Amino acid sequence: MSLTLRVNGKSHTVDVEPSTPLLYILRNDLGLQGPRFGCGLGQCGACTVIVNSVAIRSCITPASGVKGEITTLEGIAKEGKLHPLQQAWIDEQVPQCGFCQNGQIMTAKALLDKNPKPTDAQIRQAMNGTLCRCMTYYRIQAAIKRAVRVVAADHAAAEKEVVA
Amino acid sequence: MRTFTFTKIPKHVEDVLQSEGLHQSDVLRKMGGTTSRRDLFKNAGLLVVSFAAAGTTRITPELNAQGPTASAGPYPDVDFHQLDSWIVIRADNSATFYVGKTDCGQGTGTSFRQIMSDELDVAYDKTTCIMGSTDNTVDQGGSGGSTAMERDSLPMKRVAAEARRVLLEMGSARLGVPVDQLAVSEGVITVKGDPSKSVTYGQLIGGKRFNVTLTGNNVNATTGKATVKTVQELKNVGLSPQRYDIPPKVDGSLKWAVDVRLPGMVHARNVKPPVVGAKLVSIDDASVRGMPGFVKVVSKGNYVAVVCEREEQAINAARMLKVNWEKPATSPFPSSEKLFGYMRDVTPTSSANPIVVGNPDTAFPTAVKVIQADYEIPFQGHTAISPAHATADPSNGLMTIYSNDMKSYGMRLGVAAFLGMPKEKVRVVWMEGPQGYGRTAAEDAGCEAAYLANEIGRPVRVQWMRNEETAWDTKAPAFAVSMKGGLDAAGNLIALDYNARAADYNHVGYNEADTVLIAQLMGIRRAKPAAGSAATPGEVYAIPHRRMTAHVVSLPLVWETPLRTGNLRDPNGPQSTFASESFIDELAAAAKADPLEFRMKLLTASSDDDRGFRRARSVAVLKAAAETYGWDRRPSPKTRGTGETLTGRGIAYSFRGQTIVAEIAEVEVNRRTGHVWVKRLVCAHDCGLVINPQSLRHTIECAMLHSISRTLYEEVQFDTEKVTSVDWNSHPTLTHADAPEKIEVVLVNGDPNPKRSDLPPYGAGEAACKPMLAAIANAIFDATGVRLRRIPFRAPRVLTALKAAQLA
Repeated sequence: MSLTLRVNGKSHTVDVEPSTPLLYILRNDLGLQGPRFGCGLGQCGACTVIVNSVAIRSCITPASGVKGEITTLEGIAKEGKLHPLQQAWIDEQVPQCGFCQNGQIMTAKALLDKNPKPTDAQIRQAMNGTLCRCMTYYRIQAAIKRAVRVVAADHAAAEKEVVA
Repeated sequence: MRTFTFTKIPKHVEDVLQSEGLHQSDVLRKMGGTTSRRDLFKNAGLLVVSFAAAGTTRITPELNAQGPTASAGPYPDVDFHQLDSWIVIRADNSATFYVGKTDCGQGTGTSFRQIMSDELDVAYDKTTCIMGSTDNTVDQGGSGGSTAMERDSLPMKRVAAEARRVLLEMGSARLGVPVDQLAVSEGVITVKGDPSKSVTYGQLIGGKRFNVTLTGNNVNATTGKATVKTVQELKNVGLSPQRYDIPPKVDGSLKWAVDVRLPGMVHARNVKPPVVGAKLVSIDDASVRGMPGFVKVVSKGNYVAVVCEREEQAINAARMLKVNWEKPATSPFPSSEKLFGYMRDVTPTSSANPIVVGNPDTAFPTAVKVIQADYEIPFQGHTAISPAHATADPSNGLMTIYSNDMKSYGMRLGVAAFLGMPKEKVRVVWMEGPQGYGRTAAEDAGCEAAYLANEIGRPVRVQWMRNEETAWDTKAPAFAVSMKGGLDAAGNLIALDYNARAADYNHVGYNEADTVLIAQLMGIRRAKPAAGSAATPGEVYAIPHRRMTAHVVSLPLVWETPLRTGNLRDPNGPQSTFASESFIDELAAAAKADPLEFRMKLLTASSDDDRGFRRARSVAVLKAAAETYGWDRRPSPKTRGTGETLTGRGIAYSFRGQTIVAEIAEVEVNRRTGHVWVKRLVCAHDCGLVINPQSLRHTIECAMLHSISRTLYEEVQFDTEKVTSVDWNSHPTLTHADAPEKIEVVLVNGDPNPKRSDLPPYGAGEAACKPMLAAIANAIFDATGVRLRRIPFRAPRVLTALKAAQLA
């Protein structure tokens, strides 16, 4: 079956079984490397992508059911500039092996897009289903808080400019 | 003599990578690496260098032993006796270091660059590091044993110093000035007092080979004639440059081992026996033959795999394949509930000679108080975030395996032996993967991919499924430990007995052709399984009389079992230290002593011998931890609180090699639910010379959290037929909600002798794993007065214990 997907601002047409989980199309047909297979059960979050502002588990999402723009880790930098979360991940030196960090960053992005100033408890709750076996949780949470601060400071600076 | 000009990535792979719009070299360059030596030397690759070396008088024993087969293929061993095997300098004054190491996620490559750029005197920013690909880097064994800085960085240091020495001699000839009148900084040699006279490394050697032969009987002993710098002369060591591997890991540009795609590549999935020890009777190919993309069912002995064109097709076909298995006549193992009873009753397969100090048999009867306790640590798995995976390319009668195996060199030998190929026709290209920690030292997918690729005649990518990995990955052995201690009237510990049993018989090696799982399933049997080991605790308490005994026991089924043991981060350390450091706390409580003071009393501070050296540094580390935490000296348990949440703090300490670690955990225990939260952590850590403090702190944080997960959650559960903990629901792990609120890591240099030259670096990848289990158990005891001796401390078990103590 021919299927058209919009991924990171571009349209792609692939010929696959409609039940094929989105993950395998993103990886094997589109050559993306952000989303990864971790469990195939929707339990760990390594395969997370954002569809219509919601972080979803692409390993258990049939591709034919996906309507709307798909954003992967490769698609969140804008105009050559890393997303504030990606930059915060570098500044806090978050990863150990880094395999799960796609899911961590994309889940955090979906959180901040909805709630730009989450409390510590809200961060823990929103991130809780995204597993890291190197146990970088402490630094992930620090990086999310750093990104929140940076974005807030940028907004404040931008508003100041407008007022001036 | 034949020469070969193969590149690290075959041309057809390069083409695929380019067609994907992402050139491997772009990714590597972004990471600070480069693709191949061909780019550097234009006409000839490293392989030529290696062949030339094999043809000279300086033949390595390994090559010599192979005689005429030494040139049996295009991938001979990289010659560690050639300086060119380690360092390449380009005309632009940049340098690439080639090291035989891999990284499990601790950022060791960055540290190697710090160390080597210091010795070579080049700018850190102009260096890159290539790691662990068997045809491109010398065999330093890959990673394991926390040896990266402690052992393997030393030859790197010496060869970099040798390169500097050689370059200074070349500079001397070029500038017509003796070496002692030259200065060098950031790859620029200048004449002292006349900076207008200068020459760069790039001008001297750029694009050319050193052709310098090194000495040393083995790779660890590799050296030139140069002496290395003193610690005071180092510039980059001790700083925290950011890890070069992190940016491509957060922007999605890094090509991992899971991302390799080759032309004509097919996908495979395994079909494991549903009951452990079952025998394959028949396979009904027709059950999958008509499925989309079906290529082949490959089977030998009890090994079964399904190969399809697409990944999801292979997954579906593996699920649908009908296989007729015959159940074994007897159970492979007791259920996990009955494991410890079995381990205590069964006759050991081996018993190490007891370590005896003084005369515990005569000392115990003189004790005023004798206490005993049994501790139990179940089998624990790696349960890596990604299941095992590898891609194998059988093109041209050669075999290339793209793998995240942390011991890529071991995999190369294992695959060669397994397939009966000369090792010179086999190479392993190491690429990043999920956490290693020992699982990828005994990685299974590499041999499977190579076998399948050989059978199919096309590149094969194989990946395990979640349930397969969680059930069948290698396990840390279960431990049952009996402790006994005797106190005198003053509360001094006068006698201690440690008696451990570990279910560790047939501990697997590093991709050995006769122990890797595919070989086991095919019926291959090594005549004598590995004996395994049971550890004795790592501490140096001065106890006048003690005995430490370690036994290994076997489960009924030895081969083809998911309870096969392998190395898991700090092998045996967490298990033995849980028992020993929990019991020290029990003794302190029995003596009504503060747990920290009780330990301090057992550590006399003489530093004359190795043991004393550790003791003196242990005292410094324990003090640093206590000061950072704000330790209030009092016996445990504390006066019990009345609220729903009880809080307490526990300390534990241990050493691994020469690395000393003390950890303090502060816990909250919920009396209603039994849930334990480790709210605050303090770690004092002395691993000698610190190369990169930022990387070290992060490694320590994550090692501690890994052990919290093992303490609170992790257990391999099984019935008498199979493993039943198979995914993230049945095998829970630490999550974001459990992250401590505060972590403080204190890096200590606890050498009590100010006249001694600076300590060398000691291993730091695993040491912080060890004391955490006991620190948490001791903190729970402090909070509640309840002593937990069975890992893990999941909420229902804690709640049961609280109820038994009428606390819930």
